[in-house]
Amino acid sequence: MKLSDLATVIRSKNAGPFELTFDVLFATHDDFERVVRSEVLSAAKFAELFQISLSDVISVVEFEPALAIKVTIKRSRSSGAFGETDVYGAQQHAPLLSLEIPD
Amino acid sequence: MNHSISILSPTAILGYGFPESSFEAGLARNPDAIAVDAGSTDPGPYYLGSGESFTNREAVKRDLTLMIKAGLERDIPVLIGTAGGSGARPHLQWCLEVIDEVLCDLNRSARVAEIASDQDQDSVINALHAGRISALGPVPHLTEDAITNSTYIVAQMGVEPVIEALEHGAQIVVTGRCYDPAVFAAVPIRAGLSEALSLHMGKILECAAIAAVPGSGSDCMLGVLDEGGFTLEALSPERQCTVTSVAAHTLYEKTDPRFLPGPGGVLDLTACHFEQLDERRVRVTGTQLQKSDRYTIKLEGAQPVGFRTISIAGIRAPDLIQQLDEVLLAVRGRVFTNFQSIDQAEVQLLFRVYGKDGVMGELEPFREQLPHEVGLVIEVVAKTQSLADTVCSFARSTLLHFGYPGRQSTAGNLAFPYSPSDISHGVVYEFSVYHLMTVDDPKSPFPIQIKVRGVSR
Repeated sequence: MKLSDLATVIRSKNAGPFELTFDVLFATHDDFERVVRSEVLSAAKFAELFQISLSDVISVVEFEPALAIKVTIKRSRSSGAFGETDVYGAQQHAPLLSLEIPD
Repeated sequence: MNHSISILSPTAILGYGFPESSFEAGLARNPDAIAVDAGSTDPGPYYLGSGESFTNREAVKRDLTLMIKAGLERDIPVLIGTAGGSGARPHLQWCLEVIDEVLCDLNRSARVAEIASDQDQDSVINALHAGRISALGPVPHLTEDAITNSTYIVAQMGVEPVIEALEHGAQIVVTGRCYDPAVFAAVPIRAGLSEALSLHMGKILECAAIAAVPGSGSDCMLGVLDEGGFTLEALSPERQCTVTSVAAHTLYEKTDPRFLPGPGGVLDLTACHFEQLDERRVRVTGTQLQKSDRYTIKLEGAQPVGFRTISIAGIRAPDLIQQLDEVLLAVRGRVFTNFQSIDQAEVQLLFRVYGKDGVMGELEPFREQLPHEVGLVIEVVAKTQSLADTVCSFARSTLLHFGYPGRQSTAGNLAFPYSPSDISHGVVYEFSVYHLMTVDDPKSPFPIQIKVRGVSR
């Protein structure tokens, strides 16, 4: 099953001008637990998917009250600096959609 | 005594609008204040750097007219955080001019407090040398150059100056750069309610109905705080606050949803409890505040880095799309060979290829899939506008007629949607300061001026 079939929200956004944060939210505790257990959103997997160094993954937080997994990475450049592609950081989530979640 | 304070938040950003019916529903609940956040760093460094607002003046005036009219009629304060989008001196003045206009249109006067947040370069340099500045997250170390090159440096105020303005009887409080929750939390904190709960409620109310389902950045939300917790209610009948929507909002634009740092302390949500009261309302309890030993405020600054010119075009020829990387590299070479006198250090030339990695840049994992068409933006940032214009124009004309291997469409390589094809885009800014500064007093960096504005009686 793909992450987009399990999650209700998959989004990215700036967390301030120097960080980019990804939120993945689930409707049920089972779905949340399943993805947490799968470790597809671990720091190492995230670094591999986005081709960034592991040290640029700032944090991975599993936030149970919201049934959410949150991953924050260092922005490639500060928001709006030369070479910027997404000032708000709102369209960087797409590679997460097709992540395969094992049964 | 069981006392409560209600705060009406009409919209996520002043100028984003709200339905009058939702606003009326909020007023019918007799709120103790109307508060709105007017700013964000999200739209990028240009607005802080240039002193311009990212919101539209007419839209801001429309929202303010409804808010100020209701506030004065009901004798409840209207609070506006981060005026003009970025909160520097010109932003604050811009917002005050709109307020003057609104007061005149309403034929009213009001005691208006303006709280400035500009930090002069010398005091920031002194703080830097005194070791009172630290980087906030993955930010370069602050240098004296970055400080002196910044057009404006603002600091985020906490609730203290806002409360002081209310103490002086302000009916309207307009702040420079402000910690988003502060204008929502000031009234309940002044009334003696929990600082932690007030700030947490402010954190959610500052985005208005974004924390509801369906979420909206242009609809109203009511927060009611008492001694044990706070209750959130979306004011349009089509929206609901649910435990998930409210808890999820806690994640929004934050690095870590459990610990939310702000001026003077960190909100700790680890013991927080979200409870569904009924179909439409959620109650939040258990938020704590870990006070910092030393009071820190967040500094923000932006500096000019050059002038931009862009040209937009499309490409449909499959043979060109296939070898586009090589062609763009060759065009770049040709540009700089043609203008030997140009110092390459003064010019940055970039080709954005939409269809390949235009949205994600270096983060794009799927860049090898060939699209049937691409959108191209030729972008130049240079030391002067004229230099940016020259290089962009030459790169555009070179690419238009570039003879790549196997080329069949020998009449031209680019489809331009516009004539003229090139756009001189003006000054480019980048964030230069995003640091914490330790201060002795939460109020002294933020001078307050109170005067009666509007029509004289």
